[in-house]
Amino acid sequence: MAVVVWIVEGTWHACVDAARAHTPADADVVLLHVTPADVPGAAHGAFAGLLGRGHPSGSRPAEGWGRDPGTRLEHLAAASARRLLEDAADRLGRPCARTERTGRVEREVVAAAEGCDLLVLARDGDRTHLGPHSLGPAARFVVDHAPCPVLLVWPEAPPGLPTMPQPPDHHHT
Amino acid sequence: MRRDGAGGPTAATEGPTLNPQLAETLSAALLVLVLACAVIRPFGWPEAVVAVPAAALVIATGAVSFDDALAEAERLGPVIGFLAAVLVLAQLCDDEGLFQACGAWMARTAAGRPRRLLAQVFLAASAITAVLSLDATVVLLTPVVFATAARIGARPKPHVYACTHLSNTASLLLPVSNLTNLLAFAASGLTFTRFAALMALPWVAAIGVEYLVFRRFFATDLDAGAQAPSETEPPQLPLFALVTVGCTLAGFVLTSVIGIDPAWAALAGALALAVRALIRRRTTPRALVRAASLPFLAFVLALGIVVLAVVDNGLDDALGHLIPEGTGLPALLALAALAAVLANVINNLPAVLVLLPLTAPSGPGAVLAVLLGVNIGPNLTYAGSLATLLWRRIVHAHDGEVELKEFTRLGVYAVPASLLAAVLALWLSLTVIGGG
Repeated sequence: MAVVVWIVEGTWHACVDAARAHTPADADVVLLHVTPADVPGAAHGAFAGLLGRGHPSGSRPAEGWGRDPGTRLEHLAAASARRLLEDAADRLGRPCARTERTGRVEREVVAAAEGCDLLVLARDGDRTHLGPHSLGPAARFVVDHAPCPVLLVWPEAPPGLPTMPQPPDHHHT
Repeated sequence: MRRDGAGGPTAATEGPTLNPQLAETLSAALLVLVLACAVIRPFGWPEAVVAVPAAALVIATGAVSFDDALAEAERLGPVIGFLAAVLVLAQLCDDEGLFQACGAWMARTAAGRPRRLLAQVFLAASAITAVLSLDATVVLLTPVVFATAARIGARPKPHVYACTHLSNTASLLLPVSNLTNLLAFAASGLTFTRFAALMALPWVAAIGVEYLVFRRFFATDLDAGAQAPSETEPPQLPLFALVTVGCTLAGFVLTSVIGIDPAWAALAGALALAVRALIRRRTTPRALVRAASLPFLAFVLALGIVVLAVVDNGLDDALGHLIPEGTGLPALLALAALAAVLANVINNLPAVLVLLPLTAPSGPGAVLAVLLGVNIGPNLTYAGSLATLLWRRIVHAHDGEVELKEFTRLGVYAVPASLLAAVLALWLSLTVIGGG
């Protein structure tokens, strides 16, 4: 059984726990982290917007004011993703593979889930009550487009049934 | 016509060797060339490589007289010196570990709560942009903020985006915060303290609106949670750097009270840190010269002269009727909007150089309204202007350039709201304090 566990900052613990609880011990587990490309991209853009600073280009070593913060962010993001996946692997406590990707997060997750038997992910929206916005845009896209079965977990204990909004027409008999 | 610091029109260029149409065409073509090369960076040349010969050419052909060019250089000289001193000061603060200490403070006080971290990032980025200039926030603070978010396991996006937005929005407060401010400061005739007093309320208003927009826009990411950092030894506080920056700020106030150029206070602060770093062998003379960004300073001077030629040779008449008269609230709003549009098309540096001579006669209120537009406006496009953005799209067409939609959507919420709040606050400040 091939299982992909989508690891995201802040909500990954519940996904690892669910993978351990709901998959057989000999399942092939892949821990997946995707770094959103637009985070280093925003820093690249802010740097490019500083007109006239004489930033060195190409392969010349950048120093002082010529250091593109976006490049630094790419290195930091790679290191941070590696550490996060290490922590997740430790928590899982089983043999597993780790995959790091960079790009549009939701599309990368869908692509990585191709051909697997189960994708584990956490709700990433408003989690103060049951529905209707408990899925953020990224998780909603992944659930919609996933080419495999999906296990969707609450990052913490789910809110109780009374938090569910009333149906639009509640004059039922 | 070009107005100097006193606000009066200077004499028209004497004895032009070109007819006016030719002079205007040549100056405009050179300005386009200088800006295009600054965006495209052919062969990785520093921008000054094209800008300095272009400035020499407008003087040689008489499109701008030597005397006018000299007057412009004399006006820009102290501004450029001021900028160099602030850049060196910021770089030395980084060498002393100020930004690392700032990251450690943010991680500790955020206590594993992303919303709290966002508030700390807003405080740190606003203070650093205001005092050490927007370059310091973009180049030095942004990586520290990312590392801090990663360290506590928070999603980095809201915090990194906050740095990029605040490097613009929080650069309203002091003349040193942004090169655009330094240029306007020289043209407005305001003292350092009056500039800061008039801009304090707009600065707070604009940052406050940004904060509300960010909390809402990134609610999902901020709700995702994080962990409190593991207990580690807090890094040593760079006391000397902090005290020096504090004294430099006090020096700005003191110099402006006794009527000398506040650039001297910046120079004194930079010297104090530089001498200490040199004695302790933490820096080298070469590193200090590099921190001063000499090609950038040459570019600013050359761009100023080319823009002077364009404005003097007819752009003032062409744009003059677009510039609203007076400093009532509608005029301030129109000026800020015009400045924001112009900054977004090319870049805020040429925009402010073009708009300053046209608005300086209306008084400091009009100049400050232009600043609100050129400083807040660039948040609409993630690369600061459409020209840079388009060029980046062309260059990066094949290697997955970032998705624009989200950043632009954030800008569409944040920019008009914070600009409106800032203009209202400026109008209030002008009414209470007076433009003097």
